Amino acid sequence: MPKYSIFTLARNALTGHERWTEAWRSPPPKDHYDVVIVGGGGHGLATAYYLAKEHGVRNVAVLEKGWIGGGNTGRNTTIVRSNYLYDESGALYEHSLKLWEGLTRELNFNVMFSQRGVMNLAHDHHEARDLKRRIHANRLNGIDAEWLDRDAVLKFCPVLNGDPNIRYPVYGATLQRRGGTARHDAVAWGYARGADALGVDIIQNCEVTGFDIDRGRIAGVQTSRGAIKARKVGVVVAGNAGVLAKMAGLRLPIETHPLQALVSEPLKPVMHTVVMSNAVHAYCSQSDKGELVIGAGADLYVSYAQRGGFDVIEETLTAIVEMFPIFSRVNMMRQWAGIVDICPDASPIIAKMPVAGLYFNCGWGTGGFKATPGSGHVFAHTIANDQPHPINAPFTLERFASGALVAEHGAAAVAH
Amino acid sequence: MSGGNQPYRLAEGGRIDRSRAIAFTFDGTEYEGYAGDTLASALLANGVHRVARSFKYHRQRGILTAGAEEPNALVEVWRDRARTEPNRRATQQELFDGLATRSQNRFPSLGFDVGAWTDKLSPLFPAGFYYKTFKWPSSLWMTYERVIRRAAGQGRAPSRPDPDRYEHAYAHCDLLVAGGGPAGLAAALVAARAGARVIIADEQAEPGGSLLSYPADGPEIGGRPAAVWLADVLTELSTLPEVRVLPRTTVFGYYDHNFLGLVERVTDHLAPPNIAAELPRQRLWKVRARQVVLATGAVERSLVFPDNDRPGIMLASAARTYLNRYAVTPGKRAVVFTNNDSAYRTAIGLAEAGVDVPAIIDLRPNPGGGLVDQARQLGLPMLAGYSVSAVSGRSRVSGLQAVRLSADGTGIMPGLRTEVTCDTLLISGGWNPLVSLFSQSRGKLAFDAAAGAYVPGTSTQEERSVGACRGTVGLRDCIAEGYAAGAEAAEHLGLSAKRPPDPDIDEPAQTDPRLLWSLPGKGASGRRRAFVDYQSDVMDKDLKLALREGYRSIEHVKRYTTAGMGVDQGKIGNMNVLGIVADTVGADIPSVGVTTFRQPYSGIAFGAVAGRAPGKFLSPVRTTPMHEWHAAHGAVFENVGQWKRAWYYPRKGETMRNAVNREVAAARASLGIMDASTLGKIDVRGPDAAEFLNRVYTNAWIKLGIGRCRYGLMLGEDGMVMDDGVTTRLADDHFHMTTTTGGAAAVMSWLELWLQTEWPDLKVYLTSTTEQWAVIGLCGPNSRRVMEELTEGIDLSAEAFPHMAMREGRVADIPARVFRISFTGELSYEVNVPAAYGQAAWEAIWNAGRPFDITAYGTEAMHVLRAEKGFVIVGQETDGTITPIDLGMDWIVSKKKPDFIGRRSLFRSDTVREDRKQLVGLLTEDQNEVLEEGAQIIDEEAPPAPPVPMIGHVTSSYYSPNVGRSIALALVKRGRAREGERVYVSMPDRTIPVTITRPVFYDPEGARQNG
Amino acid sequence: MMQITCPWCGPRDQREFRCGGEAHIKRPADPASTDEAAWADYVFMRTNPKGTHRELWNHVHGCRRWFNMARDTVSDRILAVYAIGEPPFDPDAAPATSEGAAQ
Repeated sequence: MPKYSIFTLARNALTGHERWTEAWRSPPPKDHYDVVIVGGGGHGLATAYYLAKEHGVRNVAVLEKGWIGGGNTGRNTTIVRSNYLYDESGALYEHSLKLWEGLTRELNFNVMFSQRGVMNLAHDHHEARDLKRRIHANRLNGIDAEWLDRDAVLKFCPVLNGDPNIRYPVYGATLQRRGGTARHDAVAWGYARGADALGVDIIQNCEVTGFDIDRGRIAGVQTSRGAIKARKVGVVVAGNAGVLAKMAGLRLPIETHPLQALVSEPLKPVMHTVVMSNAVHAYCSQSDKGELVIGAGADLYVSYAQRGGFDVIEETLTAIVEMFPIFSRVNMMRQWAGIVDICPDASPIIAKMPVAGLYFNCGWGTGGFKATPGSGHVFAHTIANDQPHPINAPFTLERFASGALVAEHGAAAVAH
Repeated sequence: MSGGNQPYRLAEGGRIDRSRAIAFTFDGTEYEGYAGDTLASALLANGVHRVARSFKYHRQRGILTAGAEEPNALVEVWRDRARTEPNRRATQQELFDGLATRSQNRFPSLGFDVGAWTDKLSPLFPAGFYYKTFKWPSSLWMTYERVIRRAAGQGRAPSRPDPDRYEHAYAHCDLLVAGGGPAGLAAALVAARAGARVIIADEQAEPGGSLLSYPADGPEIGGRPAAVWLADVLTELSTLPEVRVLPRTTVFGYYDHNFLGLVERVTDHLAPPNIAAELPRQRLWKVRARQVVLATGAVERSLVFPDNDRPGIMLASAARTYLNRYAVTPGKRAVVFTNNDSAYRTAIGLAEAGVDVPAIIDLRPNPGGGLVDQARQLGLPMLAGYSVSAVSGRSRVSGLQAVRLSADGTGIMPGLRTEVTCDTLLISGGWNPLVSLFSQSRGKLAFDAAAGAYVPGTSTQEERSVGACRGTVGLRDCIAEGYAAGAEAAEHLGLSAKRPPDPDIDEPAQTDPRLLWSLPGKGASGRRRAFVDYQSDVMDKDLKLALREGYRSIEHVKRYTTAGMGVDQGKIGNMNVLGIVADTVGADIPSVGVTTFRQPYSGIAFGAVAGRAPGKFLSPVRTTPMHEWHAAHGAVFENVGQWKRAWYYPRKGETMRNAVNREVAAARASLGIMDASTLGKIDVRGPDAAEFLNRVYTNAWIKLGIGRCRYGLMLGEDGMVMDDGVTTRLADDHFHMTTTTGGAAAVMSWLELWLQTEWPDLKVYLTSTTEQWAVIGLCGPNSRRVMEELTEGIDLSAEAFPHMAMREGRVADIPARVFRISFTGELSYEVNVPAAYGQAAWEAIWNAGRPFDITAYGTEAMHVLRAEKGFVIVGQETDGTITPIDLGMDWIVSKKKPDFIGRRSLFRSDTVREDRKQLVGLLTEDQNEVLEEGAQIIDEEAPPAPPVPMIGHVTSSYYSPNVGRSIALALVKRGRAREGERVYVSMPDRTIPVTITRPVFYDPEGARQNG
Repeated sequence: MMQITCPWCGPRDQREFRCGGEAHIKRPADPASTDEAAWADYVFMRTNPKGTHRELWNHVHGCRRWFNMARDTVSDRILAVYAIGEPPFDPDAAPATSEGAAQ
């Protein structure tokens, strides 16, 4: 794998960049792999990378029905944070955040992880109580979190509407300074390049159409490019987990919903952090390219159409104009939707399935992007050892029967 | 040419109004144009072509187009600090008096921009360079990022809130026509004549589309000059009552079920003094159309050749528009460079207008067809089979080098080269039908290989494409298609339409273009720069680099290079991207795939989408009937859901804590009054009402006596507490249910869901009565004495009217339901009167209570009073993970009922765990220490390194004047078994020792409420 | 944005409605004797099909009646609306566009 650096960039500039080689190969699928990962999004590619890197499992294929990073990895609003309420989720997302902090170096690929801080606004003392509960929990879990009063919030993000007489004035906010944004495509590409260099086959345009299950044990997958044998299969297909589960004869506590987002035209830097509000129901950051990146809430019906209703865009921009009145004349340039798999407790499932050798990583709902490195890391552990990493042990399918949910609705009330 | 102060304006012609000169500025310089000009046409009339610096390399850029597809000429439009608009297209901004505009993305000036070093070093900045560098040291990324961010971006956001207003309009119509060019007008006309209700929207200041760009002596349509035909059609449409013509209106989005979004720019073209106060800046139309005709036209493609971004390079069609519509010549010596026939019109028109046309360069070795013949007859020099390999002139084209192409078009025939001096280069790479709306409608695109363009294929909604957006060439065919589509749409609507005969138009047939996606040559500097996407500064070599590096999917190419991601969303360049990618990988274009067209078709202001919803209409403000009284008595209000509730009533000089202490003390010492009108109230009626309550509450309801009240908890099917409240039996088949203030609507919906879907056999009828009743809470040992003074028809003695009972009578001569229920643990009454009497009843009680020092108390005091008694608040002591058992409320969970909603979930392995969090009280050592709500509880005084095991959290915490110390409620793991134990509340700077107690701090026997 | 035909009020914009999720989920007749897994199946597990979905909708800003709707979750085409209590819509038995379908 040719190393990326300012020096190699300069050297290649001399030859007109004609000598760069492929970031990853596109080999034909082999007949057999030790592990097949279904789904070439960030989570799937990260899983393959860590399988190869940390567990020495290198005979691995990542099967992607379209192009890698083409699902929610390429459709999200790129927010990274770990300030979740419960110990279980705090551990998972903080594990991920720590990996984010070293990811550019780890992958030798700049994922542009920008720790510009994530603010969660409170608009009254009731919201403040819930948010303070969270930051107290965060602090004890070793997750950076601080409380900003109204003045501090407006100083930290001066473009916020500071009028005390609006319907939901700014009351205060939590701030996680280590949170921020990252370049979403780069995460998929960086993991793909890293995994490929360790021998993983990344196979695009290869749709899984069925599982081969032999006496309760996975034997392989059927694909649009033929049958592929595998000792273990990890499924990580946000937006399509239900479809794959059905193929394996499983039922999941998941509903698939459209989740919309939009960007503005590019502006000179005007917003230097990430702001989210549950009460006004929107969140916003500014990309390095200058676009305001804005997320909406999920449409409240099942759909696989990767589009939603215009009413959601309307509500979202209403909230944005309310929170940032100076953005009213800014133009929306592009809107789109992803489809997200939502669990009843707003927490994922990262677990062994009743079929031996079959593992699912799904149900990330509206907030899976931030978890990409951590999710891949613990999922790789689960697959390699056939038992969960302590961090993902609580995130089983069985918790819905026992009742041991990880109810993170509060932390995930706004999609992100 | 006219000379004067508009040197490039022709002496006559065009659709501008020469009687109205308009002054405007660009980068501080004053210019003059005419009414009817766009900023672009006026700048060109003044000889200003270079108006911008590019996004990445800060290259000088000129006006390329005459429409919404403009990638270069983005300027800042400045009315005032609150009305700054970044990235407006000069080609669309209409001129008005005093229009002030500025170039963007340059420092300090357009002519001298320090950012231009990026162009010098551009070899270091190929596509995706940032993924490969800025990695070391990692601590410096935030610094690198600041630099990158500053260099990126384009215009500046306004610095003040937007003072303008935006409206929304809703419309249903039989037929929506997107685009008011010849095809769209023809469709609208035929359908409208048949009686259809038609909306026709056009993006420009006046409808007409391509007809506006024909010369005055252009083709005749059915014997009438095109301009006359246009005027006649518009006149006829204006006489039809069910037709609405919307100029300056862009159909920006085609959504499901024929829902389309339009944005109408109502006043953007007006100077401030001419804007009537009642007019919004823009109006968003939400249209549900039974039929849709898309007639959005086509935009011309550029050609990808070296130095193709110099100022002075313009699309040939745009030059035609400037010439014929605005009477502006783009230059004095213009070369036309084309791969198709249509650009010959430009050459002919310019030559006829007196512009020197030194060459027509055609990629085709043997161009033919009527237009080519006309050009030949005019004696215009032609270089057939030639391409442009270099263009000189940094701030304005000064000349070019034309080279003879090899037979396959990929190389240059040695020796055959010509230098041409010129100040303008007009290019045409063929046409891109604007299929964006069609694609948004989920229609399937088809590839027209001869034209090298995607055209509409299979429709999925009630929609038809007509004219150039369908790939149709020629005015006659466009109009004929419009007529046909209008008639078909009318017939689908059940109307009988008469399709006019196809118009008689004399126009030359056109021949196929020669599709060469990337043209050879090294450029004037020897370092080839051939742009595919001007807006994002993407060159053909960037695409090839992406492919070389394994980014093979078209989506990867697009994302890696950012091609098509700019403000113009790739309207001009996307097809060239596909062509170059296909050529590079050796595949045909359809197999490369097409990137998705997304809403909006072109940018729309956030404010327009938000409409009037931000600000005071954001969310309804609900107030109680006694709101004015509270305000007059100095109440501070808090938001509870949409309600404004009196929080506390500070007296002069009182702090919140003092006020609340006074209110809390008074309610127990003598008499307090509070407004409880916001509680949700549901009237439950029907023969099965008791059975219904029995199923939705955890406790038993069948035997509740008439006139008796009972507290109930509602659970979700997951067993978690969802809502609570007191419900009263008014009659055998009639109950009055109360819910929490915040949960009222959700509970109502929940109950309706169960009744309608799960238990339709139950005869129960629900009516929300929250706003029908004003509720006055009276609390304290003197409350009975006040009630006795005001009440008629109710025996208020403790025996006749016990705790948890309801009586009907008159209070202050107002019919009332009086409930003896208590959320404070005191002797209490809740007086319900019809809402309209609320304030009268309140004032009567207030006056009667004066001898007892009646004290109004707000929600904060109410919270303290209930916490003293350990009464929970759903949403504060609970968070969706708490069962009644966790709250220590087993007493309210029926052991006898076989089922109720959520019962089964209480017996799952996790919900029966012994170590679940349970409701307890907490007492601090320092009696004045009030714990922070939300604070976490730990076992150890000196917490270990994180993660620190947490055993619970503080849910409610107050200073209680009645107990004489601080009190707190908390949820603590296995808390009930740990009564008396010491645990610690962890704060950032210290831990606070606390003792676990029972969650009741005052009158644990409940003697007072029974008084 | 969809247009939904309320069986009582006629065709209305989607924003007047709220979706209540999957329809025809059978509540166990005797929850107390239903085992944990079966109870979880009822409370949490969903069919979530890619294709025809039978779901509950409420005309919440209208008549407030709940009704069943069958919709294709890929195209968002509405296949049928029908009353509570009617048998589940069968895409194979029904004509492609049943009465009351919006589009």
